Amino acid sequence: MSARNTKVMNRFDVTSRLIARLKREEAVIGGIGNTNFDLWAAGHRPQNFYMLGSMGLAFPIALGVALAQPDRRVFALEGDGSLLMQLGALSTIAALKPKNLIMIVMDNGIYQITGAQPTPASGVADLVAIALGSGLSNSAWAADEEDFERLVDQAMAADEPSLIALRIDDKPGVGTTRRDPVQIRERFMHGLGVREPL
Amino acid sequence: MAIAEQQTSSQAGPGSGDRSWHSIVLQTLKRNEISLIPYVPDRVLTPLIKSLHADPFFTTFATAREEEAVGIVSGAWMGGRRGAVLMQTSGFATLANTLASLAVPYQIPLIMFVSERGTLGEFNYGQSLVCRTMRPVLDSLAIEHHTITRLDELEFITDRSIKQAVTTQAPVALILNPLLTGGKVFDK
Repeated sequence: MSARNTKVMNRFDVTSRLIARLKREEAVIGGIGNTNFDLWAAGHRPQNFYMLGSMGLAFPIALGVALAQPDRRVFALEGDGSLLMQLGALSTIAALKPKNLIMIVMDNGIYQITGAQPTPASGVADLVAIALGSGLSNSAWAADEEDFERLVDQAMAADEPSLIALRIDDKPGVGTTRRDPVQIRERFMHGLGVREPL
Repeated sequence: MAIAEQQTSSQAGPGSGDRSWHSIVLQTLKRNEISLIPYVPDRVLTPLIKSLHADPFFTTFATAREEEAVGIVSGAWMGGRRGAVLMQTSGFATLANTLASLAVPYQIPLIMFVSERGTLGEFNYGQSLVCRTMRPVLDSLAIEHHTITRLDELEFITDRSIKQAVTTQAPVALILNPLLTGGKVFDK
């Protein structure tokens, strides 16, 4: 559980590893900034949704998708600073127990995109301990890349929501998402089979 | 409170069903297939919240913040399920960033019911101040909003507003005024 024993990984690398394991049109919600930049850079999929604001809402948005489509696995990628904005959402998810929701936290301890200022939690709080204390019993730190892939596979077969946290380095995102919110939303809805293109 | 109760009781004849404001809201939600109802509670909304919890058609639950509830119904909409958020005036005041960065630019038909505090007998100065920020925020983002004061207009406004939100893919705020609900007064 301790973050101290985990390897420092790279956001783009682990995001790419995650995407490579998705074979069943799983939905992926990318939180603001670097988290969705790396999701974009890992290769656009119709089932990806990219946030362009509303910091902290990746997990709530993913929860909504998960409640709407209980037969589809839904991933949410969130940064540590973003998660700190909405810690209450962890309890909401624990109470509802959507088994198809998988939360991934990229923890570098800093607000990288604004100038790498440390978060208030940096070096003080353990995000997995917070998740466990919020009632998400299936929460773990990934020790390294292989452990992350193993945890993802476990989560895809789990019968409760899962949270996987990773320590990541201070590198910025690799790509830049095209900031077109209507297209992002519309194409995501096509990807989820909710709508057909015009 | 007295006016709202008189309105309610005078229209609730035997066999005609419950015509309380909260019953009308529940039936209108159901008729429009809105089944996901996250909320941050409010004293005035309590009868509506209770009846939503009691009806298996609805998935009703509390969230820690109103922003979270907006995120949930936005995700649900994109996944093909309709929702609405219940909150109080002070809760609406926490939403400007979420409205401006999620609901409006992504064209999401976010349906909000806001129990209006801060007017017509408010006893908490902070509530009356925060209430004054609500309509300017809605107007500044050009979000459709209606203040509902009369029981006989409630169903029409609610039903039409939901349909307009969905078809125009735009948020709407339905403000439930104390003239409709009775509001919250000091002796409660």
